[in-house]
Amino acid sequence: METILLFAPLVGALICGFSWRLIGEAAACWVATGLLFLSMALSWVVFLGFDGETTTRDLFTWISSGTLDTSWQVRIDRLTAIMLIVITTVSALVHLYSFGYMAHDENFREGESYRPRFFAYLSFFTFAMLALVTADNLLQLFFGWEGVGVASYLLIGFYFRKPSAGAAAIKAFVVNRVGDFGFLLAIFAIYKLTDSISFDVIFAEGPALAEQSISFLGADLNAANTIGMLLFIGAMGKSAQLFLHTWLPDAMEGPTPVSALIHAATMVTAGVFLVCRMSPILEYAPYATNFIIVIGAATAFFAATVGLVQNDIKRVIAYSTCSQLGYMFVAAGVGAYPVAMFHLFTHAFFKAMLFLGAGSVIHAMHHEQDMRNYGGLRKKIPYTFAAMLIGTLAITGVGIPLTGWIGFAGFASKDAVIESAFAFGGPLGSYAFWLLVVAALFTSFYSWRLIYLTFYGRPRGDKHSHEHAHESPRTMLIPLAALAVGSVFAGAVWYNQFFGHTDTVGRFFGVPYAVEAHADEQGEEATDHGAAHYVLTGAPGEGAIHMAPENTILNDAHEVPKWVKVAPFVAMLFGFFTATLFYILRPGLPARMAELFGPLYQFLLNKWYFDEIYNVIFVLPARWIGRALWKRGDGDVIDGGINGLALGIVPFFTRLAGRAQSGYLFHYAFAMVLGIAVLITIVTLSFGG
Amino acid sequence: MEQSLLSIVTFLPLVAAVIMALFLRGDDAAARLGAKRLALFATAATFVVSLFILFQFDPANPGFQMVEESEWMMGLTYKVGVDGISVLFVMLTTFLMPLVIGACWQVEHRVKEYMIALLVLETLMIGVFVALDLVLFYLFFEAGLIPMFLIIGIWGGKDRIYAAFKFFLYTFLGSVLMLVAMVTMYVDAGTTDIPTLLSHQFSTAPISLFGWAIVGGLQTLLWIAFFASFAVKMPMWPVHTWLPDAHVQAPTAGSVVLAAILLKMGGYGFLRFSLPMFPVASDLMGEFVMWLSVIAIIYTSLVALVQEDMKKLIAYSSVAHMGYVTMGIFAANQQGVDGAIFQMLSHGFISGALFLCVGVIYDRMHTREIDAYGGLVNRMPAYALVFMLFTMANVGLPGTSGFVGELLTLIGVFQVNTWIAVFAATGVILSAAYALWLYRRVVFGDLIKESLKSITDMTPRERWIFAPLIVMTLLLGVYPSLALDVIGPSVENLVHNYDLALEHNVPETAVAASR
Repeated sequence: METILLFAPLVGALICGFSWRLIGEAAACWVATGLLFLSMALSWVVFLGFDGETTTRDLFTWISSGTLDTSWQVRIDRLTAIMLIVITTVSALVHLYSFGYMAHDENFREGESYRPRFFAYLSFFTFAMLALVTADNLLQLFFGWEGVGVASYLLIGFYFRKPSAGAAAIKAFVVNRVGDFGFLLAIFAIYKLTDSISFDVIFAEGPALAEQSISFLGADLNAANTIGMLLFIGAMGKSAQLFLHTWLPDAMEGPTPVSALIHAATMVTAGVFLVCRMSPILEYAPYATNFIIVIGAATAFFAATVGLVQNDIKRVIAYSTCSQLGYMFVAAGVGAYPVAMFHLFTHAFFKAMLFLGAGSVIHAMHHEQDMRNYGGLRKKIPYTFAAMLIGTLAITGVGIPLTGWIGFAGFASKDAVIESAFAFGGPLGSYAFWLLVVAALFTSFYSWRLIYLTFYGRPRGDKHSHEHAHESPRTMLIPLAALAVGSVFAGAVWYNQFFGHTDTVGRFFGVPYAVEAHADEQGEEATDHGAAHYVLTGAPGEGAIHMAPENTILNDAHEVPKWVKVAPFVAMLFGFFTATLFYILRPGLPARMAELFGPLYQFLLNKWYFDEIYNVIFVLPARWIGRALWKRGDGDVIDGGINGLALGIVPFFTRLAGRAQSGYLFHYAFAMVLGIAVLITIVTLSFGG
Repeated sequence: MEQSLLSIVTFLPLVAAVIMALFLRGDDAAARLGAKRLALFATAATFVVSLFILFQFDPANPGFQMVEESEWMMGLTYKVGVDGISVLFVMLTTFLMPLVIGACWQVEHRVKEYMIALLVLETLMIGVFVALDLVLFYLFFEAGLIPMFLIIGIWGGKDRIYAAFKFFLYTFLGSVLMLVAMVTMYVDAGTTDIPTLLSHQFSTAPISLFGWAIVGGLQTLLWIAFFASFAVKMPMWPVHTWLPDAHVQAPTAGSVVLAAILLKMGGYGFLRFSLPMFPVASDLMGEFVMWLSVIAIIYTSLVALVQEDMKKLIAYSSVAHMGYVTMGIFAANQQGVDGAIFQMLSHGFISGALFLCVGVIYDRMHTREIDAYGGLVNRMPAYALVFMLFTMANVGLPGTSGFVGELLTLIGVFQVNTWIAVFAATGVILSAAYALWLYRRVVFGDLIKESLKSITDMTPRERWIFAPLIVMTLLLGVYPSLALDVIGPSVENLVHNYDLALEHNVPETAVAASR
């Protein structure tokens, strides 16, 4: 069954991409979509029927050289199962949605068949992503990792006539490769130290790695920390964390369903998945996890600030994604891997919905994406409005404070992240906590800003577009409805499994647990809560995640002060009221603020000038150096030097031959034959016998 | 027949060439077609026969197999045989040659001579990989230059004469030193038999030369002499500049053969001679070679980034990919050497296909200028797909054969030296940059240029040429054991002997180093 659910999308991609001429466009697209729904159904069966026991199925050998031995495998554990339903559910819905969204596209000419290509890419992406999450060794994971990268590249560049799409596609691939560079080095280091790249083996080595040192770049470094850092560099690329985030906003050049599937719900969360998957090593790499917290929190804050002022509806959501990924990394960094997965899980639903909702708006407005040209659309597209509203309530984290779980999906998971950050303690914990709370405020502001600019106020921009604005077809609304259900309930329903009592979480992830060793001392406190304190006691590699016995973050997160638990809610309210003030009550205010804080506004609007800076310090020098090496290095120094010294005869021969006809070449060739014969004869005569 | 299988495969193309030279007359259309057909038939037959080599080959046996030995002229011996290191290169050659012939179907200039040159070249290339005698090896190795020289010089582009001579002199001058080394080896060991030489220990006692103490003595000197020849052939930085010129001027078929097979002779030479025969010297110089390789990877990748000529770009990319090969070889461990051999095979398919891709549009537009293209996907979707696949394979995408070689060589090098591995791994980023940048400028975008408005997609003939290459690239990417199982035992043997030789020589080198 696992094998079928893995390969169904690949089969769909191949059928759709190569045989649409035979079976017709629509049929090809339906085959791909049908196979994805099959894959989705099987994934839910796997997820709901999963008993916590890790299973691995070997397909066949992949790369085998000496002690390096890898196979194509299908591994199913809880982490995989969670990712399976996220991937296949969102993907199946996006496939369905695309029937409506891609029905007519002005980027293509009359009679051009772009739909089968689109569906084939989507299905191929899904296959690569499934291969990533079902990997049982680092290399297969890397295969999926690169596979989704290619699919992302192809889909970002889908509108191949647009130069901006081509540029964005390359940027995405190359920036991701910077991350892959770190990932590859991590694989090499792991192989060097453990002589294996199979998860079971390297997980068991986790604690040992913490004691070992690796000589890396002339320094003797702690093995676990080095590996952890390198792995995280890989994750930073794929998950668009600060410094390697620049590709994600540009990736919005792709069609909107792509943004929903790849650049919101699934591919960009692969980095978070990787960090959780490698928890048996990261648990023993304190410096690496601290670094993850620093970057994660900084990204959450940075992206939220940029999101405040963007005008393109998709870019707002893109920065929002970037920011939310930062939340997930903070959770993983503090050791609360289940919480990271929880936020990943709920985020997939509401962010996919926000994107698909944005797509519906764009569809209604004839591919206008600038929010300054929207306004007052809630009557024209009421279903879309409702969906976007639910998405906004979910992402901003609306719920009943202090209950923990009664609220929209984002409420439960985001608060869990923030509480975990606080519970981590120390300066780093406070740093992360405050940045995340401020980011929550900004999240609320930009999300409501998006709603107000799009759906409220007077229609702005092209009158024609507004008059013809229409609600999207059913193929687009059904996925929205399905995701709306997820956005409302995903948090509340699975709260206990991800962030409940430690024993529940342990059971869910298949990790053994026991009553905390020093429960005696805290016995009274424990009974106060009506339950004993549990800790996860699994050995590294046992179960889907690993938390060291001294890692009690899951318990601690529940015991943070009340004001901490309420803080994100207050921040959310504050953001909401500010947005309401700015865009409903006093519509003139934003312009005045932009004027008042001109430089700051420009700074944010230009995304902290990352692109410009990178262009100056990486892109231009690379070209300049390349040109210098070519003209000066190859041309003057090498050709000039070697030719001048040893091959000064080339021009001489050339002149000689130039006057002659090319037929004379045979004479030279004959001379060469003669030369070789003479050489060999001399050799044999003088030394032979 | 079974006893002389290798000889049959080696000389079958030559026989066809002789037949063509003697019996094919005239230069009308019919004669030209006849020449092409005969050449295609001969190369295809060679491939079919060579399959028997593969069937008969026992991968578990690390030694030489199917050895043929007989007296030749002037006291020389004719001896051929294959082991896990060489057998797949023979297969690569016989596999690619029919495709190469197919790719020059539209050549109409001196067709008969062209076909003869290619057929002779095939014999000489196979000969290099099967030769088990120094003189025989040298003969094939050097003689192979001649048909290539002619192919560039006669059927090449505008500056073909310059390029042909540059190619010839670079590679020939490198080889003169090798000849001297071979004579020395013969004097030292008393034989030209390669299997015997492999077990012969060349002295590592320090020698003083012009007042310089040579650490590693005779071995080092011999090693350097061979290195001069193989490094040019690879080509390694900084003796690589002949390659871009040669590629740019060579006709498509010439470029394919050059990139896919001729470049591999250098790597094969390192594995056949440098590593096993001069282990102490290889160990001494290994780090130096790896650094040269890393420079090649970064340097040529950066240069590739700014190229305006498609062929030049791919040529520079070839140099970078060969950098992984030399790096892996001199890491001298199982993964490094496995990866180097695999990388050479894979590069044979991928670079060959990329030059064919250039050929497809060159045949239509007669320019290799990147700026002359743009938006080809509009009219050539099948071409865009094929080009995309090989671009990604060139970038080393997992699932294509390009990944396996890069990964294994990098893993091999990482065990030895992390600095080198880290610098080499930047090639992962740079290759993506230049390859996708090329693809974007040629294939993506709107089709605006007037000259391209009537360009046509690939013909069935072109598709049939690409099909086997696509199959091999993906097959080796998904199931590389096909090749690795054949390579493995011989490499294991090689690495084992290498380590053993180093252990034996530790005291002597230590003394030498301390002086």
